[in-house]
Order: sequence, then C-alpha cells, then structure tokens
Amino acid sequence: MRIAIIGFGAVGQGLARVLAESEYGFTVTAVADSRSAIIQPDGLDLHQILEKKKNTGLCGSADLSVSDILESGVYDILVETSPTNVNGGEPATGTIRSALAAGKHVVTSNKGPIAVAFHELKAIADQHGVFLMYEATVAGAVPVVNALHGGLAGNTVRSLYGILNGTCNYILTRMRDEGLTYPQALQEARDLGYAEADPDYDVKGIDTGIKLVILANTLLGMDIGLSDVDINGIDQITLEALSLAEAEGSTIRLIGELVPEQNMARVSPRVISLDHPLVVDGTLNAIQVCCDLAGYVTFIGKGAGPYPTASALLADLITIRKNHGRGS
Amino acid sequence: MKLELKDTPGQLLGALKPISDIGGNIITIIHQRDMISPENTLTVDIVLELPEKKLDTLINVLRERGCGVIRIGKERLLQKQSLIMIGHLMHTDLTDTVDQIDQTGFAEVSELHMVMPAINEPSTAKITIRAVSPEDMRRAVAILHDVSKRKNILVLEPLEGME
Repeated sequence: MRIAIIGFGAVGQGLARVLAESEYGFTVTAVADSRSAIIQPDGLDLHQILEKKKNTGLCGSADLSVSDILESGVYDILVETSPTNVNGGEPATGTIRSALAAGKHVVTSNKGPIAVAFHELKAIADQHGVFLMYEATVAGAVPVVNALHGGLAGNTVRSLYGILNGTCNYILTRMRDEGLTYPQALQEARDLGYAEADPDYDVKGIDTGIKLVILANTLLGMDIGLSDVDINGIDQITLEALSLAEAEGSTIRLIGELVPEQNMARVSPRVISLDHPLVVDGTLNAIQVCCDLAGYVTFIGKGAGPYPTASALLADLITIRKNHGRGS
Repeated sequence: MKLELKDTPGQLLGALKPISDIGGNIITIIHQRDMISPENTLTVDIVLELPEKKLDTLINVLRERGCGVIRIGKERLLQKQSLIMIGHLMHTDLTDTVDQIDQTGFAEVSELHMVMPAINEPSTAKITIRAVSPEDMRRAVAILHDVSKRKNILVLEPLEGME
C-alpha cells in the first residue's frame, strides 16, 4: 500500500528509517515537513530523503506542501507525525479530516487531533469505510489501544491507572535514587534530551492529561476534554516528600487515573507502594487497566523515542493492510 | 465492650474464641478477679477491632454461649490513611487545617510528621487520618483537598494496590 508521511521530525524520520531498512510491503509516495514536500507516485528513495533532510533541513521542495500531497491523492494511508499542538490540534486535524473525507486511511502519532476531535474524525472515517488509528499517541510502543480493541475486546474497563509521561517518571526516579532536588533532576533530564527547554507541558501534567482524554474518549466510552481533567504536576514535589513516602515502603509517581463510572479523570502525584506493578523506573511508561472479565492487566514499555513510536505506527499500518490491503 | 462471665474454668477462652473466628483482633483485655459479683460472675473489658458490620454477629454468638454483653463502647475510628502535604503549612494555619478534619465528628488527624528544610521554603508533612468507615475516610480526604486547594497546598493521596 502507498503511504504519505506528514511531519518529518524524529518520529517521521524514525518510521522512514524502519520502512527503508526492511520490506514490510509499503511504498512511501510522499513526504512533507513543515517547510517542504516531495511527491513520487512510483515510490520514494527513503535513504536519499533522510540524507537530504539531514544535510539541508528539508525533505523536499519548498514549492510543495501538505495540501499538494492531499490533492495528488497518490497514497492509500496518510501517516500524520507532526508535533502536538495542544490548542485545537491544527493544522493536523484539518489534514486528517481531508484525508479521511477523501476515503484514505489515517495513522497518527499526533495527540492533538485525537484529543480534540476524535468523535468527529471517527465519524468521517466510518462514513467512508476507512481506518483512523492512533496507537502511537499514547505510551509510545506500549500497545494499550490495540490491546483494549483486540485482546481485551468485550471487557468493560472499570478503571485505568497509568504512568504516561517518561520525563516526569525520569525526574521522580532520579530524585528517589540519587537524592537530587527537583531542579537538579529537571536539569539532568534536559541535558539528556528527555525534557524540552520549556518543560511545563510535561512536568505540570498536561501531557499526561491529554493522553487521559484520548484513552477516556476512544477506549473507555467517556466524552471529556482537557478542561475536565483535574491536573496537578510534579513541580512542587520535595525530597522530604520522597523520604516520608520511602519510610513506609512507598515512593511518589505521577499517575493518570480514569474511573468511567464516576466520570473521573485526574492527574496527580501519588504515594505508591514500591512493590506496586505500576512503579517503573526511568523513562518507562506503565498502564494498568481493571476490566470486568479479565481483572487487572498491566502494560509496561518504552513511551517515547523514534523506534518505539515507529513500532506503534507500523503495527497500525500492518493492521490496515491486513484488512484492506488486497495484496497491493 | 464489657462482658459478664461465669467464674468457672474455660469461660474466658470461650468468650474470646468467637472474636478470632469472625476475623476480629483483640487489642487489650482487662480481667479483674477481685471484682467477682454476688452472683459468682466476673466482668471483663475487651478492646477489639472487628471487620465492618460484624459487631451484631459477635454479640449474638456471645449471647448463645451464655456470655452477657453488659456494655458496648463507641465504635471508634478504624480506617487509617496517610497522605503527604507540601506547601507553606505553618503560614497557612496548620491548626485550622487539622481542625477542619477533627471537627467532622467522623474523622480525626491522629499523626502529623512535618519536615521544614528552611525558612520560607515549602514544608512537607505526612498526615495520618483516622475515620469510622471507608465512606467517612473519602469525605475526610475530600475536605482535606478543599482546604488545601484554598491554601495552595499540594496533597498526595496513596494509590491503593489491587484488591
């Protein structure tokens, strides 16, 4: 099947590298970044484009853009990997809407459109009989979305608890293990590239909140927005708090929490026993769902990074091909 | 509770066994032999923890065994939860914060462990609340959240394990 990749940052390039290295049966016919695009209906040489991006900062020609790719129609699946815009999710939401309305499948790692407009976009996809897939939006490589749609299908989720932000988990892990203060651990996370120059989006719990909105609306039958999530971050956590928790065999982690029955969505630092399955170290993510039939199921894995995210995108691509590929 | 037993061998043991049978935990027993009544009975004071709603069962079993229950003390605060608070705890009237819980009648602050690393820096405290029932505990924690929000104090709740 033919793929157009929209967004050519770390995630888009990671997927291109994966598709270039092994034969998965997909042909990339178009790529766009924020300032350029390239279209080749017979298939692009991904090695060449990755090299060009590295050397010039552009993947294609500055005369072309996303709208040219949408108009060309030379793709079966649109892969949207541009960075998340929390305020309204544009321009990605518009791009996805256009592709779905043109009868194209969409796979995305972009949280904005799914958090802001999932129900609308899903309706367009259903109307045109195409897939809208978003495994990569939550917890990177951890296949929680497809597990709840597939392996745990039919279960009702009673509650969901998760460590969904690797940056926060890294900071809290370092504070506990090394006795670093919050500012010290944050600086270290920045030095290692785990935290952005403006870390508020992560440490104030907003990123976790957006992921909760996605999980709530797409998997737990809720209908909430970011403003419905009660959010506290980790930026006030003191070393003394970690010591007091430690004294009773516990530690502190930033937990996202969903309880559909109470329409409750909350992000808060919690005191959690060290032997609780959700206590993972470093940048790992963990999600625990309590299902009516299956009971407790816990997922742990890498929540970010080009290859873990590419893993989630690729799984969605393969699912689409299995259902719609007809051998092409 | 205060029990009335016949002063014959094995009576005390017979009265205690039903308590452990229904999952109770005996905290203290006060057994004074010099308090024997003219009817040749003696009284025993027992403080115990029971699983919720098991008190009536216990009283019935004890009566069937011929053991009189003279008096039942107040059911006390058996639910316990520790939370962590971070903020300017002293400057925002800690006494008032604690009073908000103590005044409820169904919950009270039983322990407070505070660390103040430096003047003008936020302090951190572990606060232990006791309440009569799980529902009362939820109400008490909600009150603590409300008060803390007004005072700009961060409250960390425990995340319970899997049932």
